[in-house]
Amino acid sequence: MKILLENLTKKFPERGRKARGEVTAVNNFSFEIPDGKLIGLLGPSGCGKSTALNLICGLETPTSGKIFFGDKDVTHLPPELRGIGMVFQNYALYPHLTVQQNILFPLENLKGKDRLSKEEMMNRALNAAKLVQIDQLMDRRPGELSGGQQQRVAIARALVKTPGVLLLDEPLSNLDARLRLQTREEIRKIQRATQVTTIFVTHDQDEAMSISDLIVVMKEGSVQQIGTPQEVYDNPSNLFVAKFLGTPPVNVFEGEVRDETLHIGEDAVLKAPGVSNQKVWAAIRPEGFLPDENGPFRCRLNRVEVMGRDVSILSAHTGCESSAIRSIISAEQIIDPDAETVCFSLKPGKVLLFRKDNEERIRLGGNPS
Amino acid sequence: MKKNNLKAWLYLLPALLFLIAFMVYPLMDVLVYSMEEGYNFASQTYYGVGTYNYSYVLHDPYFLQAVKNTFLLVVITVPVSTGLALLISAGLNSIKPLKELFQTIYFLPYVTNTLAVGLVFMILFQKTEYTNGLVNLILGLFGMAPIDFIDGPYWAKMLVLCTYTIWVVLPFKILVLTSALASVNPDFYKAAQVDGTSKFRVFTRITLPMISPMLFYLVITGFIGAFKAYSDAVALFGTNLNAAEMNTIVGYIYDMLYGNSGGFPSYASAAAIILFVIVLTITCINMLVSKNHVYYQ
Amino acid sequence: METQLDFDRITRSAVRRSRIGKITVYSLLTLWAVIVLFPFYWMVLTSVKSYGSYNAERIPALFTLAPTLENYKNAFTAVPLAGYLANTLIFTLLTTAIMVAVSTLAAYAFARLEFKGKNLLFTLFLSMMMIPAELVIITNFATITNLQMRNTFAGLVLPSVTSVFYLYLLKENFEQVPDELYRAAKVDGTSDFRYLTRVMLPICRPTLITVIILKVIECWNSYVWPRLITDDPAYYLVSNGIQEIRENGFGRENIPAMMAAVVVISLPLIILFLVFRKKIMAGVSRGGIKG
Repeated sequence: MKILLENLTKKFPERGRKARGEVTAVNNFSFEIPDGKLIGLLGPSGCGKSTALNLICGLETPTSGKIFFGDKDVTHLPPELRGIGMVFQNYALYPHLTVQQNILFPLENLKGKDRLSKEEMMNRALNAAKLVQIDQLMDRRPGELSGGQQQRVAIARALVKTPGVLLLDEPLSNLDARLRLQTREEIRKIQRATQVTTIFVTHDQDEAMSISDLIVVMKEGSVQQIGTPQEVYDNPSNLFVAKFLGTPPVNVFEGEVRDETLHIGEDAVLKAPGVSNQKVWAAIRPEGFLPDENGPFRCRLNRVEVMGRDVSILSAHTGCESSAIRSIISAEQIIDPDAETVCFSLKPGKVLLFRKDNEERIRLGGNPS
Repeated sequence: MKKNNLKAWLYLLPALLFLIAFMVYPLMDVLVYSMEEGYNFASQTYYGVGTYNYSYVLHDPYFLQAVKNTFLLVVITVPVSTGLALLISAGLNSIKPLKELFQTIYFLPYVTNTLAVGLVFMILFQKTEYTNGLVNLILGLFGMAPIDFIDGPYWAKMLVLCTYTIWVVLPFKILVLTSALASVNPDFYKAAQVDGTSKFRVFTRITLPMISPMLFYLVITGFIGAFKAYSDAVALFGTNLNAAEMNTIVGYIYDMLYGNSGGFPSYASAAAIILFVIVLTITCINMLVSKNHVYYQ
Repeated sequence: METQLDFDRITRSAVRRSRIGKITVYSLLTLWAVIVLFPFYWMVLTSVKSYGSYNAERIPALFTLAPTLENYKNAFTAVPLAGYLANTLIFTLLTTAIMVAVSTLAAYAFARLEFKGKNLLFTLFLSMMMIPAELVIITNFATITNLQMRNTFAGLVLPSVTSVFYLYLLKENFEQVPDELYRAAKVDGTSDFRYLTRVMLPICRPTLITVIILKVIECWNSYVWPRLITDDPAYYLVSNGIQEIRENGFGRENIPAMMAAVVVISLPLIILFLVFRKKIMAGVSRGGIKG
């Protein structure tokens, strides 16, 4: 099912003793989620992701704006009439019920003509359980399952009603690192198999990048950028997005454009065609550095970390915002770890310029990166 | 190490002395007392060992009256107070403004002197030659004839006793249940809402099982507490409970020990042990029954 | 458009239903609050009515226009209420102080010191919690009587000191103090007793205060033991005092004066409760049972 959000806004009264004003948790959301896609809603904690999710599922009503599922306006519809499945951060499995009873629970809520026969319910529960491969665990209680298994039960419970929309609220944050990798593949697979439109909330950019068809980056209640993972990574629309995505993180420098050339410190490091003279933030991805004896970007070498497939170089430049620059180069290139300095040339597509005042992206003329 | 041993025992000594003198020794002694027939408190002599004390107590009409009263009190107050507490706590948990104020008010009876406030209840329910009392006045609005709740018919006296007992025990139950309800993870309710679960089903299928350990704890302590009822009855009907037909088992024990019919520690001991056996049995039954109905995390 | 209207209706009916629900909940809660508070109101009200006007009311009045403090004067002069209060105060302070001292020492031994048979002994201590007071009170009565301690404070206080539950609470709390502190204190040459009083107790102050308050409430309201062990009104505590007042004081029918005495007796604990509300409620929900 296609989901459309129109100027969605949610304000909460401020908390605390001196509370007078309002806090805007979700600010003027407008975007469309195409049918059958997996959307990653990404942002630091407290940015309003969960509120956005609650608005979509109907646990909260928006202050203004509209939500459409397909062509239907569901803005004021209670959650049970929206046809959604939801997986909570801590799974919210009923601990006193068995796996089977947990999965059956949503079906047993149906009344009147929607109510299924006993066999049909069992059948559906079994199918949902098979889909997430927990059909051997039907008689266990949640307390007897591992974190990953509980996660699957939660997904089965959300899917058993065959919802039009599946909502996942930080579903991997309670799993250990290894399970997290495995489970996110699992989720991707299940989503592909069921073709259900899925919204996945996370604060982990790695997670969002790896499984989403589209990423929505949020900050303080506002959408910063929407796009495929690669688009958002290569072409961030502002400094926040650039900093938030990518590991290791982007290196940010205070620079200045003079005569269509980017200067960092005294070094003229890169051509910047079509950019007027101004102070800028220059963000360089770790993979944007090429060791080059005659390169324009000169740094003091601190340390070389060998990581097998590639090498990570820690160095420092006077114009750098953080004290250390981390650059990743391929292991074939040889760097003398005892050298005093190291020089780089920069890959043009990996250098991103942002305005000093509002941190918006400055696009280079004649270089449609 | 040895020195440390000695020091530890030194720290424990006062507590041990108190416990041995006033709990361990009495516990054994009460069994001895209950078997000593014809024990005379003044001369500290007895003329036989056997079960006569038990048989005397079990045939004493006052004791049987006390047992009847106590059982009635238990059977009425435990379910009513637990149900009421559940209702009130559920109400309390569903509101935000004024919640703390209500909580504070509801807890107030816990810190009051049972004897003192019992007197107020007596006045509210009492019918004297001057006045019918406030409760009768209210009942009169519904067209009921005035009843003397304090010196009147048995059922009326029992009603007042139950009312007062419930008033006294509710604060503790409300407090425990409110915190039990509040500790249920709100995500369960959200999940249920997304699945369109009806309010009733949420309560019976999610809330009740989640708080069942606390509910069970309250039922058990409620039974034990109600079996030991005494000062509530004294507060309402005075110290001569046998005359008022309102004695409880604990009241009987104290009366036997000292009081109107006093000076018979052997009978008192026998009655106390009978009470202990009753409470133990009921608690065991409770445990067995609840085994299948209580969910433990 | 039709579906749109439908949603509006759903929304409106949901809002209305939740509003009706809220009103019902608040009304019921208020009703119960009134039932809880009414006896308190009634005792204060009755205590300020004059003897004459109270007895003249065939239909009890819900308020009075001529409040009087006469009854309070009566309560302190016609019956030895001040004496009862003083006795209760002495009894409460002595019992609580001894209980805290004894329990703290024992709790420290269980929590901090190593000795043979510690676990077994602690289990035995815990099992004491299950022994009902009725079973041991008979022998205690005999013991105190035989020791000629009836109508003495020693007789009142000594058997009331034992409280395994509070010992348990303190021990649990002591065990949460990190071992490093103990080792650090030992390195500095601190004695165990000094460590207990200077480090352990200040850290565990909140629990200590909870225990003290709960014991004070228990002592202030205790009735059964004092009733058994005192028959001389000079040693009556408030609970026995109120019973005495009811049966013999003021002449049977002076209810306003009786209520004045009830107010005076109830007030200290109500004030204590209002001051330490949070602590008391937290402490009680941790396992207090109406004692």
